[in-house]
Amino acid sequence: MTDDLTLGERLRQQGVSRRGFLKFCAATASMMALPPSMIPAIAASLEKAKRPSVIWLSFQECTGCTESLTRSHAPTVESLIFEHISLDYHHTLQAAAGDAAEHAREEAMQEHYGKYLLVVDGSIPTGENGNYSTIAGITNLAMLQEVAAGAAAIISVGTCAAYGGLPHADPNPTGAKSVEDLISGKPIINVPGCPPIPTVITGVLAHYLTFGTLPELDGLRRPKAFYGQNIHDRCYRRPFYERGEFAETFDDEGAKKGWCLYKLGCKGPTTYNACATAKWNEGTSWPVESGHGCIGCSEPNFWDAGGFYQALSEPTGDAGGTLLGAAAAGVAAGVAAGVLNRRSKADAAEAHEKITVEDLTRD
Amino acid sequence: MSAPSIEKGINFIREQIDAEVASFFSSCVHCGICAEACLFYAQTGEPKYTPINKVEPMRRIWEQEFTLWGKLKGSLGMANKVTEKDFAEWETLVYDGCSLCGRCSLVCPVGNDISGMIRKIREGFAAAGYAPEGLVGATTRAIEIGSPMGVRLPAVQAQIGHLEKNTGLTAPLDQQGAEYMVLLSSMEIMNFPEYLEAVARIMHQAGKSWTISSKAFEATNSGIQIGVSDLARELVQRVVDAAEDLGVKTVISPECGHAFTAIRFEGPNLVGRPFKFKVQHILEVLDDLRSQGLLKTEGTEDARLTFHDPCQLVRKGGVVEEPRNLLNMVASNFVEMTDHGAMNWCCSAGGGVSANERADELKFTAFKQKKSQLDELQVDTLVTACANCRIMLEEGLEENEMDIPVVGLTEMLAEHLVEDRPKGDA
Amino acid sequence: MSSEALLAWARGPGFDWALAIFVLGMLLRLFEVLSLGRKPDLAEGRGSGVQGGIKTVFTRFWPRLTVFRREPLRIINGYVFHIGFLAVLFLYAPHIELFEEVLGVSWPALSTGVIDALSVITIASLILALAMRLTSPVLRLISNSGDYLVWLLTLLPVLTGFLAFHHMLLPYTTMLAIHILSVELLMVIAPFTKLTHMFSFVLSRWYQGYRAGHRGVES
Repeated sequence: MTDDLTLGERLRQQGVSRRGFLKFCAATASMMALPPSMIPAIAASLEKAKRPSVIWLSFQECTGCTESLTRSHAPTVESLIFEHISLDYHHTLQAAAGDAAEHAREEAMQEHYGKYLLVVDGSIPTGENGNYSTIAGITNLAMLQEVAAGAAAIISVGTCAAYGGLPHADPNPTGAKSVEDLISGKPIINVPGCPPIPTVITGVLAHYLTFGTLPELDGLRRPKAFYGQNIHDRCYRRPFYERGEFAETFDDEGAKKGWCLYKLGCKGPTTYNACATAKWNEGTSWPVESGHGCIGCSEPNFWDAGGFYQALSEPTGDAGGTLLGAAAAGVAAGVAAGVLNRRSKADAAEAHEKITVEDLTRD
Repeated sequence: MSAPSIEKGINFIREQIDAEVASFFSSCVHCGICAEACLFYAQTGEPKYTPINKVEPMRRIWEQEFTLWGKLKGSLGMANKVTEKDFAEWETLVYDGCSLCGRCSLVCPVGNDISGMIRKIREGFAAAGYAPEGLVGATTRAIEIGSPMGVRLPAVQAQIGHLEKNTGLTAPLDQQGAEYMVLLSSMEIMNFPEYLEAVARIMHQAGKSWTISSKAFEATNSGIQIGVSDLARELVQRVVDAAEDLGVKTVISPECGHAFTAIRFEGPNLVGRPFKFKVQHILEVLDDLRSQGLLKTEGTEDARLTFHDPCQLVRKGGVVEEPRNLLNMVASNFVEMTDHGAMNWCCSAGGGVSANERADELKFTAFKQKKSQLDELQVDTLVTACANCRIMLEEGLEENEMDIPVVGLTEMLAEHLVEDRPKGDA
Repeated sequence: MSSEALLAWARGPGFDWALAIFVLGMLLRLFEVLSLGRKPDLAEGRGSGVQGGIKTVFTRFWPRLTVFRREPLRIINGYVFHIGFLAVLFLYAPHIELFEEVLGVSWPALSTGVIDALSVITIASLILALAMRLTSPVLRLISNSGDYLVWLLTLLPVLTGFLAFHHMLLPYTTMLAIHILSVELLMVIAPFTKLTHMFSFVLSRWYQGYRAGHRGVES
């Protein structure tokens, strides 16, 4: 259950020095493109922040988002922040199970009604009255609506919760929808990615804890601090794109030289995320650096945007089939038009009235 | 027989539209380069003489009748139908302002035969009664009398009489089985009797048999110029019948431009079958004689001279090298115009323009293109091989006060002919 | 519609429709031309029509000196925007990927820097072409609304492609969608304009060349 320690007290309890704490605040400020002058304000707020209640609902998901967020080999300030929130309900992380778990959720909702943070990962199936996914006999849809009603804000973690993700991909057999498709009238922030970068989620949380508001969002409700630029603009392989040096296969000379992965389907140019700068695994690497094109996982419908290995300039439909079909139709139409033309010419020839010299002068 | 009408005109144009015409209109990108090849545009600066503009009514008919897109526009009431006003407006572009010289066809980047299309559109204009009076008169005379200038057999016989007196040779009429049948243009009969004399002397020296048909001596085909295939066919048929009746091997087209392409290329297509005889221009015949060693000359013209290429002979007839081979036999100072050979400029009087009095002023304006060529070259003599060009050149030079004599090539060759064959030999 | 949805449509159904209409339309125009037929030339030939036809398809790529002297800028400019447009369309690597998807064949690309420069030259050349069309008396007389529409349809893909590549004007996803849509617009309208010349020029040159070759005359 919750205790009343502030974040600052808790961190000191864990042995995090003031210096370490300030470093985290500076890093967070810079990640969110806030000026250095904000650092003291961030530090002051976080120092005093009480642990907000967080209810984490996992729906049609693969648990990858949780895996990403909790990946840490050594205690990091991020993980401590994470632990600092009173995570009152989380399928994977909580100790309780069954009725006890649901009871914990109901209690948290009641006690902190209107003030708790709702975090959602996974999409919400709506087909068959939502019965494709239930928890303790309650459909995801019903649970979302119930919990959202008392939430101060909703954070959709991962592309599934933000935009529907994989379950939403064509033909969407479960009628999967995103949180923002189903809930209105509440502040929603989307933190997409498949999965999202760990530091992005903690940055959002830190902002909320500091200012009590959600950071500036783009048209897709993503925090601009992390999703404001596209991968292409920050990609270290951009010079190769500019020069037109592309890897043709995953193991050719170009690939070995680290050339641009455009031809291998990289969706960097149309993807907005922080992968190229923040990277993954605490800055170890990211897909392009590992030699695989960006799959655009933080964009809506990225599963249906043509194949992962289909370049952006390629059409996504059956171009070859369309070509042949249209050719056949064109020939048929052409033959028909030809018949009409020949008839018209035959009519003209038949209507020919032989000219004599008298016919040359009009009255 | 039926009265001319707009409907009839449009129908005639419809008939003329074939795959070639359709491909030309499909390919035209309105680049305007054809205008730069046209002497009428070059000298008047008036955009309406742009060759592709001359066939705009035909383009509209093509679009409306033979394209789905055009038919759709028509059913939506958006078609720009060709009306009487268009015929009236375009008549001078189709006739007065075009000599069918064919330069435009050679420069079009997409390969359009624009002059061919102008020839075709004339069918519709004539059928609608919108052909120039002068051409109607010439054609009527050609059909009814046998010559556009009204020349009858007695005039030809008089010419033959002069020939006999001057040379002691004769021009046999209606000689069965002769190798060559000679045609004459009215212009030659009336203005350049030297031509017939020259032919007689050269043929005799070469030992070739030849004849003139009393029923079909006229070379000029006014039907082609006015653009009425029905009448052109009748005129060609006369020559075909005469030549095949007499059983000649080759019909010789004289020093005339349109007469040559009319009989040589349009002829068989008009009568609907290949001829049973060959057709050659007199220069082709002379060049053959030259290469066979049967045409020997002596002495040369030392004056600085150049050759005016008649459009139909050179550009549309493909007889480019022959005049040069022949001229080089007798000229020591032959210089070429900058645009020479197949790209030479028209004299401005071809394609029926000379028969169209209404076009006189325009014709003399267009002639300044030829004048500019001569000004650049500064020659003392101008040689050509078409009687129509020759008259125009003479008149044009006089109009511009330029003192350059114009000579026919056949005539010039005859002047240097080595004649060592006794007159008695046949 | 969100920009990514617009891009998905442009790459998906948009392209399918545009390709279908382009192919169908052009084939229809081709048949409309060929179906009219032409009569055989009964005059005695002096040469080969086939040779004349083939030769003329290629010789007309080169201008005649006599008209070049009179309008050198217009003629040179015509070459510039044609060559530029075709090079950018066919020799830019991402475009070659597109052709490979549609036709199953690919070919080497030009360096992207060269393509970038060519696209600027092409845009400038197209603007110059418009200026000439608006100021030359001949071109003003013979031009119609179709000429100006085609000009715009031809300019937009090059311009929007350039803007997209350089991430200028609008966010990339939107700019790329607009670029692809501008190409699709061109494809859909082309068969009903003078752009049919991109295929029919072979026919028109062939026809005149064939007749001339048969007759043994200049073409």
